[in-house]
Amino acid sequence: MTAPPSARSREGGAAPAPKPIPGGRRMRLIGLVRKESLQILRDPSSISIAFVLPVILLLLFGFGISLDAKHVPVALVIENPTSETASFAGSLIGSRYLAPVIFSHRRQAEEAMEEHRVDAMVVLRADFARRLWSPAGAPIQVIVNGTDANTGRIIGGYMDGVWQGWLEQRALEQGRTLDPPVVAEQRVWFNAEVRSRNFLVPGLIAIIMTLIGTLLTALVVAREWERGTMEALMVTPVRIGEILLGKLIPYFVLGMGGMAISTAMAVWVFDVPFRGSFAVLLVVSALFMITALGMGLLISTVVRSQFVAGQVAIVVAFLPAFILSGFIFDIASMPPVVRAITHVIPARYFVSSLQTLFLAGTVWPIVLSDGAALALMATIFLGLTRRKSRKSLE
Amino acid sequence: MWNRIGALIAKEFVAVWSDKKSRFVIIVPPIVQLLVFGYAATFDVDHVATAIYNEDGGLAARELVARFEGSPTFDVVARLDHEAEIAEVVDPKIASLVVHVGETFSRDLIAHRPARVQLIVDGRESNTALIILGYASRIIAEFNQEWLSLHGEPQPPASLVVRAWFNPNLLSRWFIVPGIVALLTLVVTTVVTALTVARERELGTFEQLLVTPFRPFEILVGKAVPPLVIGLVGGSVIILIAVLWFKVPFRGELALLYAGLFVYILAVIGVGLMISSISRTQQQAILGAFLFIVPAVILSGFATPIANMPPIIQDVTLANPMRYFLIIVRGIFLEGLPAPLVYDQLWPMALIAVLSLSGAAWLFRHRLG
Repeated sequence: MTAPPSARSREGGAAPAPKPIPGGRRMRLIGLVRKESLQILRDPSSISIAFVLPVILLLLFGFGISLDAKHVPVALVIENPTSETASFAGSLIGSRYLAPVIFSHRRQAEEAMEEHRVDAMVVLRADFARRLWSPAGAPIQVIVNGTDANTGRIIGGYMDGVWQGWLEQRALEQGRTLDPPVVAEQRVWFNAEVRSRNFLVPGLIAIIMTLIGTLLTALVVAREWERGTMEALMVTPVRIGEILLGKLIPYFVLGMGGMAISTAMAVWVFDVPFRGSFAVLLVVSALFMITALGMGLLISTVVRSQFVAGQVAIVVAFLPAFILSGFIFDIASMPPVVRAITHVIPARYFVSSLQTLFLAGTVWPIVLSDGAALALMATIFLGLTRRKSRKSLE
Repeated sequence: MWNRIGALIAKEFVAVWSDKKSRFVIIVPPIVQLLVFGYAATFDVDHVATAIYNEDGGLAARELVARFEGSPTFDVVARLDHEAEIAEVVDPKIASLVVHVGETFSRDLIAHRPARVQLIVDGRESNTALIILGYASRIIAEFNQEWLSLHGEPQPPASLVVRAWFNPNLLSRWFIVPGIVALLTLVVTTVVTALTVARERELGTFEQLLVTPFRPFEILVGKAVPPLVIGLVGGSVIILIAVLWFKVPFRGELALLYAGLFVYILAVIGVGLMISSISRTQQQAILGAFLFIVPAVILSGFATPIANMPPIIQDVTLANPMRYFLIIVRGIFLEGLPAPLVYDQLWPMALIAVLSLSGAAWLFRHRLG
């Protein structure tokens, strides 16, 4: 961050600075970095947010967030037990995703649904066996609790699998093969077992980095404004660019340390494959870290109060990183206006690059466009912070 | 005694409301968040970017492809001519799904050999991938059924009829928006509460308060009422927007919902005050609030079900007030949850509230020094 000479001389006029001595710039910067580093080291909460928090959050999210429903409790209503219903029940019990509980009356199953003891009910009516032989076939009624729409849909998919499996098995027992005219072969690229953890853990790193970069910086710098130490710094010969850089460097190092821990945990604790290049990961993470830090600096410079800075950081950085970044909710399915908003969320680009670098490899079109967007945002945030800080002294 | 507490409450309100920025932060961001997240937080999938790789010029293949083109779920964005192009559209996320119809598709179909269609889906977003596969399989199943009946072949002996209670179209928004009532109430209440004691500790006025004739209980009430009011008002606004703007059905009793909201906010205030009493500075209080909010949201079932978590973590969620309130708020909105089932969720929250509030009152005096 070298300022153009003209800007420098203007600043020199604003602050009553003595003529800079040669090499003083580097000395001043080292001094500032030392001061900030000491401040971080003395405050246990900063250290814990950078190193303990990533570990806790990754464990928490990694184990806590899962979209893979397993052993879903399901009520199976058999109104009239026959060998046919027994064979269907066998298929249902054999499913590793569903845990059936058998009832003989529909009413009991409905009660279990209402009391949330089961998430779905499957009804085989009294005339099930008879209608199996009728031309129209027998209906198998499945009712899911739609309150959790996503789980409801997943259960519907599982039931589809059970039903198909049962039909095939039945056909085999009758000495036929059941070949539908068209057979779909499903190939899930990059994540063959469709583990939600492989998808969530990389995105999670972006959220943790947002926390470290934006929230922590916003709070720390806002504190300096509140206490007036920022103004005190400004009347020293130190230039505004140097003050900002002095703040950025220690937190950048802290954030990259958190990044390294998170990546190591993703690979070794959560078994997420890493298929891209580490060098590219380093560059993209550095760009994101600078953007997040820039955002934190800007927030604190504009609001200058810890309470408001904390709230603003949560609202403009953390929650969007959670909801608007593609970390868990699919951006392509959002309404156009919201989709447009996601373009100004830095985490969006980082999440996309992380998911690709971990699961798919180094896909240059994605990495380059994400990197360019992050570099642009970093420039804007730092530029705005610089302007805002300077103005305040006039 | 109540006069004194009244004065204390008034003072606390002034402390929060006198700052124009704090006032803004309590009101505007939650509403913006509700609107943005109400629209953004969805597990529903539509407009799936689809690429078609059809090697077969036959009629049946074109018929199948036309079903994908005609479906509102799939947007065909590319047509491929070579195997290598599949990676070219999937890797950079140009297409999330590639439908590959092989050369012999139409011939196999007519010759009663299984005609194969490859569905290639981008697994980077695993949930979306599963949903896309579900939709694509349904299109193929419909194609099969019509093909069978058109050619006079027997239908399968049993068919699956899937219905959903409470949310017939399985809209994620009906699940997420009531959840946001719990989420935003938690965030606003915790942050406001966490700062109250910490701010005074930083200024040194809390020690002054402790040497006045106020008993810890009175200070507790004074500190708890303003965030309780803020939380209730905030929660009510979000409930109104959920019903009037997002048109989420409200099927239960409002009184039960407010009973839940009241106890929920008390429990959150207790935790917030405990954080505030432990903190030496406002900064620590905000970080502490964060260290509570983030796990509380993740381990609540807000985004993903508690049932999917490992058993040990499921046990941990029992200490989380948001877990219980989510069941109440979603249940009352969508299912018209009856009173006995609401009470099942209410008493654990009440227990958390009693424990955390008394813990906070104790910490007022014992954190000194």
